[in-house]
Amino acid sequence: MSGTDENLKRTPLHDLHVALGAKMVPFAGYSMPVQYPAGVLKEHNHTRTAAGLFDVSHMGQARLTGADPAAALETLVPAELRALEPGQQRYTQFTNDAGGILDDLMVTNMGDHLFIVVNAACKDADFAHMQAGLAGRAELEIIDDRALLAIQGPEAGAVMARLAPESAKMTFMTAAMITLGGVACLATRSGYTGEDGFEISIPAGDAERIANLLLAEPEVDPIGLGARDSLRLEAGLCLYGSDIDETTTPVEAALLWSVGKRRREEGGFPGAGVVQRQLAEGVARKRVGIRPEGRAPARAHTEIHADGRKIGEITSGGFGPTIEGPVAMGYVETAYSKVGTEIALIVRGKEIPAKVEKMPFVEQRYFRG
Amino acid sequence: MIYYTEDHEWIEVEDGVGTVGITAYAAEQLGDVVFVEVPESGKVFAKGDEAAVVESVKAASEIYSPVSGEVVEGNEDLPDNPERVSDDPEGDGWFFKLQIEDESELEDLMDAAAYKVFVKGLD
Repeated sequence: MSGTDENLKRTPLHDLHVALGAKMVPFAGYSMPVQYPAGVLKEHNHTRTAAGLFDVSHMGQARLTGADPAAALETLVPAELRALEPGQQRYTQFTNDAGGILDDLMVTNMGDHLFIVVNAACKDADFAHMQAGLAGRAELEIIDDRALLAIQGPEAGAVMARLAPESAKMTFMTAAMITLGGVACLATRSGYTGEDGFEISIPAGDAERIANLLLAEPEVDPIGLGARDSLRLEAGLCLYGSDIDETTTPVEAALLWSVGKRRREEGGFPGAGVVQRQLAEGVARKRVGIRPEGRAPARAHTEIHADGRKIGEITSGGFGPTIEGPVAMGYVETAYSKVGTEIALIVRGKEIPAKVEKMPFVEQRYFRG
Repeated sequence: MIYYTEDHEWIEVEDGVGTVGITAYAAEQLGDVVFVEVPESGKVFAKGDEAAVVESVKAASEIYSPVSGEVVEGNEDLPDNPERVSDDPEGDGWFFKLQIEDESELEDLMDAAAYKVFVKGLD
């Protein structure tokens, strides 16, 4: 299937991607740019040194309204949402009755509603799950007339301050309505690269013009999905469907930081019993960062060995351009999850020595004010 | 004379020794190359055997020996400079040299003009 297939959905920026020379590929039912002529390495490095513009319009956006949408949504996710102040954003997961992860998402308190962003591949299921699970308590309004752009990188703050001065005072994981190119946009200071930056929800009809406005800034280049993946991998961030899925719990996935303290005690989300038991008794396996020795990348599904037997599997892996070497993450038996533990990866039938390493692999450069 | 395979290897033959690499088309499709593994001299391949590895930021691929023979030299500089495969796939980015066992196997391969047509049919 080619990326220009007629039955693929298109984002409001599709024609711009094509005009910029992007290589389009099918992704979650959309025709998306995997890279531009610069290529994945240059795009990755540009994002780490200047600013990159990403089209993430394929992701699902929605509003949740009602008497107390935060309390309602808490019945589906383990995050502390009731204490989320207006203008604050939080990362969480939809869990199932076994504590497995149905999807991960971002939730922002917009005062009179919650703004929600979910993964493209899961969005239909997520929205159905919310509609069924929250019926009578909260109203879901799917937003399908807005694009979502991300601008990421150490220069992203300066670019945005130039075009929308009111964005300068925003800190990591906060949201504000800003005026960009004369249009009211919802911006959050967050992203998926480990860098400072913004995700901006823009009316679909203005998206191409605003993307061009951002691209006209000297620091900004367009970045495709290829670099988006290597950037998030170096940042230690999970890819749904690879690093987390219905068979992994937030505890196993090392996402406990995103589970509210009150929620750990009170429960009240699907699979809370499993999560609480894992908290009390520990887990059999954990997600860890892995640095293979040498240059050979270890890809997803690579077996992890120690003491002459299989102790886990890589879930994401590749070449980290900023690290200038291979990086990976995966699940290992808990006994082998300590940073510094020596393990072996089976790549093309050969054992490659590797070590469990702390994530993120690169320094996070979020703007905290 | 340079010959081409349907797996996008090229082999340049001179005095019974073939130099093997991947074509510019293949390099373009792969994207930035970040890892290569080349065979050591003395290795013996049958035509179509996996002979070398090339990985880009996106994916891993095998390089198959276009003909049968014995490796006389691997490009030892390549593993430390994998970007040469992207920058100069049909020059500095060569993978290995092979003492060709049976030159008649070359007859099954494409010449430059045929390969050009073959690639055109892929787009």
